[in-house]
Amino acid sequence: MRKLLPIILVSFTAFLFLIRLFYLQIMDDSYDEVSTNISVRKVYDYPQRGYIYDRNGELMVGNQPAYDVMAVPLEVKEFDTLELASLLKLTPERLKTQLERAWRYSPRLASVITPQLTKKEYAYLQERMHKYQGFYIQKRSLRDYDVKHSANILGYIAEVGQGEISEKSYYQSGDLKGKQGVEEQYEEVLRGERGVKHYLRDIHNKNIKPFKEGKFDTVSKKGSDLHLTIDAKLQAYGEKLMKGKRGGIVAIEPSTGEILSLVTAHSYDPDLLVGRKRSRNFTELYYDTIQKPLYNRALQAIYAPGSPFKALTGLVALQEGVVDLEEDFRCNGGYSYARGVRMGCHNHPSPVQMVTGIAHSCNSYFAQIYRRTIEKYDTPQKGIDVWRGHMASFGLGDYLGYDLPVGRAGLLPDADYYNRAYRYPTYQWYASATLSNAIGQGEVLTTPIQLANATAAIANKGWFYRPHIIKKVDDKSIKEEKYTTKQVTTIDKEHFDPIIQGMHDVFNYGTAKFLRVPGIEVCGKTGTSENYTKIDGERVQLTDHSIFIAFAPKDDPKIALAVFVENGYWGSRYAGRISTLMIEKYLKDEIERTDLERWILNNTLEDEYAKPYSGEPFKINQ
Amino acid sequence: MPKTLLQIDWLTILIIAILIGFGWGNIYSTTFVSPDESILDLSKIYGKQLLWIFLGALIGVVILALESKFFERFANIIYLFAVLSLLGLFAFGKTIAGQTAWYSFGAFSIQPAEFVKVAVALALAKYISDLDNDLSRFKSQFKAFAIIGVPLALIMLQPDAGSALIYLAFLIPLYREGLPHFYISIGFLTAAIFILTLKFGFTLFAPIFGVLIIIVYLFNKRNKPKLWKYALILLFGIGFSYSVNFILNSVLLPHQKDRFDVLIGETNDIKGSAFNLYQSEVAIGSGGWTGKGWLKGSQTQGRFVPEQHTDYIFSTVGEEWGFMGTSIVVILFTLLILRLFHLAERQKNQFSRVYGYSVMSVIFVHFFVNVAMVIGLFPTVGIPLPFFSYGGSGLWGFLILVLIFLKLDAKRKSLN
Repeated sequence: MRKLLPIILVSFTAFLFLIRLFYLQIMDDSYDEVSTNISVRKVYDYPQRGYIYDRNGELMVGNQPAYDVMAVPLEVKEFDTLELASLLKLTPERLKTQLERAWRYSPRLASVITPQLTKKEYAYLQERMHKYQGFYIQKRSLRDYDVKHSANILGYIAEVGQGEISEKSYYQSGDLKGKQGVEEQYEEVLRGERGVKHYLRDIHNKNIKPFKEGKFDTVSKKGSDLHLTIDAKLQAYGEKLMKGKRGGIVAIEPSTGEILSLVTAHSYDPDLLVGRKRSRNFTELYYDTIQKPLYNRALQAIYAPGSPFKALTGLVALQEGVVDLEEDFRCNGGYSYARGVRMGCHNHPSPVQMVTGIAHSCNSYFAQIYRRTIEKYDTPQKGIDVWRGHMASFGLGDYLGYDLPVGRAGLLPDADYYNRAYRYPTYQWYASATLSNAIGQGEVLTTPIQLANATAAIANKGWFYRPHIIKKVDDKSIKEEKYTTKQVTTIDKEHFDPIIQGMHDVFNYGTAKFLRVPGIEVCGKTGTSENYTKIDGERVQLTDHSIFIAFAPKDDPKIALAVFVENGYWGSRYAGRISTLMIEKYLKDEIERTDLERWILNNTLEDEYAKPYSGEPFKINQ
Repeated sequence: MPKTLLQIDWLTILIIAILIGFGWGNIYSTTFVSPDESILDLSKIYGKQLLWIFLGALIGVVILALESKFFERFANIIYLFAVLSLLGLFAFGKTIAGQTAWYSFGAFSIQPAEFVKVAVALALAKYISDLDNDLSRFKSQFKAFAIIGVPLALIMLQPDAGSALIYLAFLIPLYREGLPHFYISIGFLTAAIFILTLKFGFTLFAPIFGVLIIIVYLFNKRNKPKLWKYALILLFGIGFSYSVNFILNSVLLPHQKDRFDVLIGETNDIKGSAFNLYQSEVAIGSGGWTGKGWLKGSQTQGRFVPEQHTDYIFSTVGEEWGFMGTSIVVILFTLLILRLFHLAERQKNQFSRVYGYSVMSVIFVHFFVNVAMVIGLFPTVGIPLPFFSYGGSGLWGFLILVLIFLKLDAKRKSLN
């Protein structure tokens, strides 16, 4: 019995050890990852973000180096909080909360303690950082803007949010990512691929040698350069013209669908959102709920299209064969379409036909041909749906599929919409109930880019390419089917000629005859759209929006555009002037009509925009 | 001498040689700087260890050459010298890391405690083999304990609680030679109560323990149960369990208490008190089946495990050789201990047997405490893994310990 004790002890010990070792080494896999985390350091190599050029190869956005102070919490040793805080220009409290946040993110992974130091700050810090174990400086590249415009097109880059990291995505704390605009849309193209080198390191944090002969290392891939379809000069000019106004300009090259300029006003200087001042400036822009500088009106604002819509109404009526080009319509200052209900019209020669109707923007004419279009069918429901089908083929009521991250579909009502609105079948509704659609003052709502696209389709006589902002990636023209497939409208080609003639006559003797551009055959259409706001819960009408669509030259369209100027009153007043100046600038590069230009540059609508906020009664359309 | 060579137990020598060779390979891995440097570089740890191994082999030859009667005859004198060497430390010793455990000779230091084990084993064997002594009598027990207790107390004073713990190993030969069951039982009972109380707390342990004792009492039909014996055990158990907290907080030093806390998972301060164990477990745990390969362990090469060439050498085996390597080492030690057990049991001479038992027990306790500590089953105690860890004193101490026994074994027929 006594002899058994050693045998029992030794056997039991061997058994216990083998079980424990089996558990540690074989069963529990967690140590492998921990071991890698402890002994392998990843050194990241962030490639340069791709440059952004305009359509003519002019550099819009480049890069500048920036330096983040990072910390790996587990490696942080005791240090003089006050000293480091003053070195980093933080308060000691801020430094502490940053470190706590870093712990919460991960004790082993690096977190940003203070981002985006300048080169000068970096040089000063670098000599002193070695004292603080666990802290290091990561070089990154920040944007460097060569232009003061296009902020809303370009977007900006910012540190990724906590939410974007935890989804096990590509991003890590401190990584920069495109937000808004082209930066967001083409993030993966622009950013390239960061490289990583794995080093075995020792307990003193020194790199010993590459981990497994660099088996897991990857080489960084430079981001691709983008050429936008934007004409930087035209864009800059557009933004200049829109100073002190609100609204949008969208100019498209009709033959390609390329967006030549996309102006939204009020905008901001893209430089505001670079570096350390970014977050403060962003907050300021974000909370400017009156001017909304981050809101891209060219893509997101929905307006009643107003009279430019008449061109489409005319096209649909021609396609449906409900009106003869030569047919005269009388206009006695309006059109009474139901008992006691009358659509007013302004003073112009009467009678009118299709071409003169457009030139003079006659409400009565378009109300009647619209009514005929709807009433051609047995029921107004059927009529509306046919009408809607034609309109939809111009890209209205749809996001259009352009390559920018924001947008609105607008509204293109169908039979269901009116059935619901008029509580069909309890109540019946008729074409007359929707008559305002004829002149773009009904339920239809459009964004500037939709209207610009429809204008391009008119200029092309029946087709368009989806508008897009990307032209070339790394000097290779895009081949995406989405942007190289012709979208054909439901209107036959021959019906466009009278409409285009009418739009040309707008400048000859119509609503924009004083806006002629010398030497260029411009076609256009004015628009004035009523609009309302709510003040203290009450619906209050504001000064009309000034709207204009145009394309030029008439026979070989190079540019088609739509301009909205909020509360700019009648169409030719602001939007028309701006449209023709844009065309002149783009096609001739020189502005001959300097008086007209000066008028636009000198007149702002700030007073108009202040009215609803004044708290006092005000007059509109002065 | 040639005759002795034939009678030597070569299996034991072979196992020890493998352990020393494999141990050196691991020491090299934890301390090499560049593979281009000579392994004989005496300024490097692995170079020194190579020298210790070579000198150790010479010492071994000398021991095998000595007359086997020498050890029994001079056991008491050797013991006296050993105790004096420990006492001398308080006058001439060198203090490293708070422990006065070394004699320093220029670049080299000697730790006498590693050799004192040999002396205690010899003295104990000599005392017990004396026909006058009977371990069932209290007087003999007391004297035997004194032989162990004097050096133990001196080592405790250095203070080196870890090395002192090793002297518990001598309970095993004493038990073999007739020490009453009581001592062993009380030893295991104490250890069990201590661990269980730590793990589950007094309030949970005490009632369960009480109920258990009562159940055993009620169902023990075979032996007429004596009520007072059970009452005494119950009282001792509950009393000791109650004082565990006191021992932890007042008797143990703070760093010792931390080591218990780390073990039972009370504290998880992986930057502080739990750092060693954590790094060690990570190194071993990341080894997998076959390990990361010699000189390729990322924890080892990053020198993340403190004291890895000495007390934590086993974690290198775990990381670089995987489960394959660790189980081979465990099996080799088990074979060595069982072989020594077999050799001890075949001694006709009581002196040889007791000494052999002591050798086996000392190696076993070292192996148990060291490996258990490194894999997180025992609180941190600074003792080496025999033949494996870096250190000349330790290596020579173990070689002398074993080779004296092999010499006695070789001459077992003539010693009768």
